[in-house]
Amino acid sequence: MAGQRLKQGGRIDRRKTLNVRFDGRKLQAHPGDTLASALIASGEMIVARGFKYHRARGVYAAGSEDPNALVHLRTGARHEPNARATTTQVFDGLESFAQNSWPDVRFDASAGIGLLSPFLSAGFYYKTFIGPFKGTRYWMFCESFIRKAAGMGRAVKINDPDNYDKLNAFCDLLVVGGGASGLSAALTAGRAGADVILVDQDFEPGGSLLSQPVGEASDDWLEDVLLELKSLTNVRILTRTTAFGAYDEDVYGLIENVSDHLLAPENDQPRQRYWLVRSKQAVLATGAIERPLVFANNDLPGVMLAGAVQTYVNRFGVLPGQRIVLSSNNNSAAQVALHLARAGADVTLCDARPTLPAELSDPLLAAGVTLLTGKLVIKAIGRRKVNAALIVPVDAAGRATGAAQKVTCDVIGLSGGWSPVVHLWSQRFKKPVFDDNSGSFIPAELGRETVKCAGRMVAAQTLADRIASGVTAAQAALADLSLDAVDTSVPAAPALPFDTGWADDILPVWSVTDAKGKTLGKAFVDIQHDVKLTDIDQAHREGYVSVEHLKRYTTSGMATDQGKTSNIIALARMAELSGKTIPQTGTTTFRPPYTPVAIGALVGHEHGLHFTATRYSPIHDWHLAQGAKMTEAGAWMRPWYYPDGSETLSEAYRREAAHVRQHVGIVDVSTLGKIAVQGPDAAEFLNRVYINGWKSLKSGRLRYGVMLREDGYVMDDGATACLGENDYFMSTTTANAARVLAFAEHLLQTAWKDMKVHVTTVTDQWAAFAVAGPKARDLLQSVVSGADLSREAMPNNHFVNAVINGIPVRIHRMSYSGELAYEVYVASGYAQQVWNALHAAGTPFNLKPYGTEAMGALRIEKGHVAGPEIEGRTTLNDLGLNGFASSKKPFVGSVLRGREVLTEASRPTLVGLELGSAQGAKSGSLIYAKGVAAKGHGEGWVSSTTWSPALGKYIALALVQSGKSRTGEEVQVVNHLENQTLSAKIVSSHFYDPAGERQNA
Amino acid sequence: MLRINCPVCGTRDETEFTYGGDATVVRPAMDETRAQLWLDYVFNRDNPRGPHTEYWHHVQGCRQWLVMERNTLTHEVGECHLAKEAC
Ligand SMILES: [Zn+2]
Repeated sequence: MAGQRLKQGGRIDRRKTLNVRFDGRKLQAHPGDTLASALIASGEMIVARGFKYHRARGVYAAGSEDPNALVHLRTGARHEPNARATTTQVFDGLESFAQNSWPDVRFDASAGIGLLSPFLSAGFYYKTFIGPFKGTRYWMFCESFIRKAAGMGRAVKINDPDNYDKLNAFCDLLVVGGGASGLSAALTAGRAGADVILVDQDFEPGGSLLSQPVGEASDDWLEDVLLELKSLTNVRILTRTTAFGAYDEDVYGLIENVSDHLLAPENDQPRQRYWLVRSKQAVLATGAIERPLVFANNDLPGVMLAGAVQTYVNRFGVLPGQRIVLSSNNNSAAQVALHLARAGADVTLCDARPTLPAELSDPLLAAGVTLLTGKLVIKAIGRRKVNAALIVPVDAAGRATGAAQKVTCDVIGLSGGWSPVVHLWSQRFKKPVFDDNSGSFIPAELGRETVKCAGRMVAAQTLADRIASGVTAAQAALADLSLDAVDTSVPAAPALPFDTGWADDILPVWSVTDAKGKTLGKAFVDIQHDVKLTDIDQAHREGYVSVEHLKRYTTSGMATDQGKTSNIIALARMAELSGKTIPQTGTTTFRPPYTPVAIGALVGHEHGLHFTATRYSPIHDWHLAQGAKMTEAGAWMRPWYYPDGSETLSEAYRREAAHVRQHVGIVDVSTLGKIAVQGPDAAEFLNRVYINGWKSLKSGRLRYGVMLREDGYVMDDGATACLGENDYFMSTTTANAARVLAFAEHLLQTAWKDMKVHVTTVTDQWAAFAVAGPKARDLLQSVVSGADLSREAMPNNHFVNAVINGIPVRIHRMSYSGELAYEVYVASGYAQQVWNALHAAGTPFNLKPYGTEAMGALRIEKGHVAGPEIEGRTTLNDLGLNGFASSKKPFVGSVLRGREVLTEASRPTLVGLELGSAQGAKSGSLIYAKGVAAKGHGEGWVSSTTWSPALGKYIALALVQSGKSRTGEEVQVVNHLENQTLSAKIVSSHFYDPAGERQNA
Repeated sequence: MLRINCPVCGTRDETEFTYGGDATVVRPAMDETRAQLWLDYVFNRDNPRGPHTEYWHHVQGCRQWLVMERNTLTHEVGECHLAKEAC
């Protein structure tokens, strides 16, 4: 018989029926159900197919630890793979689907064939990667096959229509877990006035108390505590919220499922919210997860954790089967047996221990439970679902000691003890320690922590103990917060029948085998990843002794459930095989997230335009209005080119560059880094960071400077103006502005603390425009007042303060294009007005804007280096900048630039290339001597490339070994990516007007 | 995530800072010409397991360089002061 809804009981609203479907079939679902409880209530035994072998799988647990019941939820853009049915709260209109099965989860074509079995034993991936098949067609074949057959859920490629939110929060105390101990802690701290956040992953607080029958004494306790907690304004209760990560300095990551229990988010709410909580103290009351016992066919639908069966009966009013066999090694299954018998099931309790104490056995026998002591289930029997259990007498190691008996049943409930949920604690601190008393890993005493632990998580057993440990943990946190616990008398623990816990008299059996230690068929340790007990054995035979290696070799514990129910069993088997104890064997490291987190929740709003800040020049809107094509330069948007009609990039930049050489052009260079260097030692500071001398620079002058990194390589270049005695205006390249400022701050605050200098970024405060071309002076003179821009009054490397249309500007004479050129600096807020004034005045001079592509063409024609040449691997000598370096003073990098590797004569140096072809060279192309095979790294590379309107040919800048001495040599320029080989002649990098007559005009 | 107690701004998230490496190295004097001292300053570092004195730049805050104790094993953060002030 399959599962069915009981006539009464459960914490569900039977008055309402919800429209919930699984693979199109209507389920019986009520508010308060999970998808898993609705599936069981509707007799859906097979809800998934195994990862490797496609074996039928059913609901196994009742919480986030479930390894089996992963399903697809919803359709269309809100489709969600790998959702756990056990934590999915049902809603009206919920559509769910089985995954990893074809054509139907109930009749999967891949099942039973065992086609993949020989491939997928332990270490398959490793052996195939490193063995003789590495990189072969065989591996490629296997991989594609495995991916198709063994995939988990299927993602959609449609944009997610929902919003995900991020929230930063602060509190005195974060309580993780809303069970008895967590609620007690929150109430104790809340009464003392602490700012408390209580989180629980469930949609209802109460934890294991919800798995008690409705009307049990614990219901009153829960109601009282929740009522008081909700009345405290200093306590925030977050349900449907999982604390998935515990990080340094008491920072916790939470995911709140704001709208996952709705068909679609309502009232502009996000789908999920990512909380980053900075707490002063935390109480972890995360509970415990029941452990299964491993035996043959233990993955058959109908095999479940005993506590889960109890939860389905008591919380959801669903009886998973009429005839239930429990197989246990500890006291906690007794309460399960009692509740199942009361609910009308035919219950057999197998217990590994030879006898049970009378206080347990007498009430069970009275309730009609069949007791089989000294026995365990060794095999589940059935096709696609449990029909019977094979039960054997066992010794203390779980080995059969006698003949088997077969008991007909439809559910086998397992309890191998419980594992405290130490994940968050371990993420934050270290590996947990093994507690022999409870047979489980628990947090170690550290003695300094801001994190307190309570409840089942520290193996507290009875309800009274769990409540008391919550109070104690909160009191300790309050003491550390210097708050007084005002009233610690939380409502007294209610008496529950068989409130025994699992620790007393537990017999640590992990798996059930025949007398020789063999399972009677496939026995799974990690059910989600289909890792069998024999895979662990194989890893042991092949010499794996570390649990970390075991995990990766077998992939045990590496599925989406992260081995919540299986890790302890794998390492217990490892310990058994190697003759060690569990503490000697150790455990693997716990890492976030505790449960899977949607990438969308981590991303929040930070996608598309909001991914990172975009920086705009004050002229940005004008560029757009002119139809400029924009390009990204770091965070900045810059005008790339201004197409005239249907012009292409290539046509536009050639026209723009030619126009500058013939008439006058203007380019927005507001993105340049600008740093105010101020103070009595400003000149000395510049003298140290630049390779050239600065002491002689007079007010009203500027100077080009180059700076090195500490390791001797070139870092940046740019012009600096002396505005006054202690006041300098440094400019950097757009790309290096932030780096130069941070470096200057570092030097001044760590090594040169005595220097009286301030460096301040003024990049955003100043806009800058380069006005370049033979008519630049005439244009500017026509619009500027208060300044004489004549050749005599204002030669190169001078600046002057002036006024344009009533707006103060500073005009630098400096040329990047090689033409007569000026840079106009203006306060950003007035930039557009000055830009407009220049354009209005520019009409008679045929002023045109040009973009970064034309700017690049002009500077390449002049052989000026830029980002592609100053790329972190080039020296002054490589770039022909040695002449600027002062020999009279030390500067940053002056010693280390003399290192042997930086001074080798064979280093590639800057040259020009003239292409004889109808095609330009691609940047990054490699240089080879004529006539040699184009193999290896070549003798250099192309750094910058353009069509030169002035020369009427393609040119390039390149770094070529012994470049200066190879002028006139024909070389091959090879673009290996596109199989293109061009011929070029090495020339001087100063292609155009090498004497500089035009800029000095 | 580290929480760094900036003497100027108060306790702020690690994401506002950039790491600046070992703060125990001393930059040679400007007129130092021995390459080995510069190589030690720029390249040669210990990699201690445990307490480490290091630079952090409050790059998205007050832009001060801080000297902070951090335990490389536990990530515990200790004393933190402005680099330009002697500790
Ligand atoms: Zn700061």
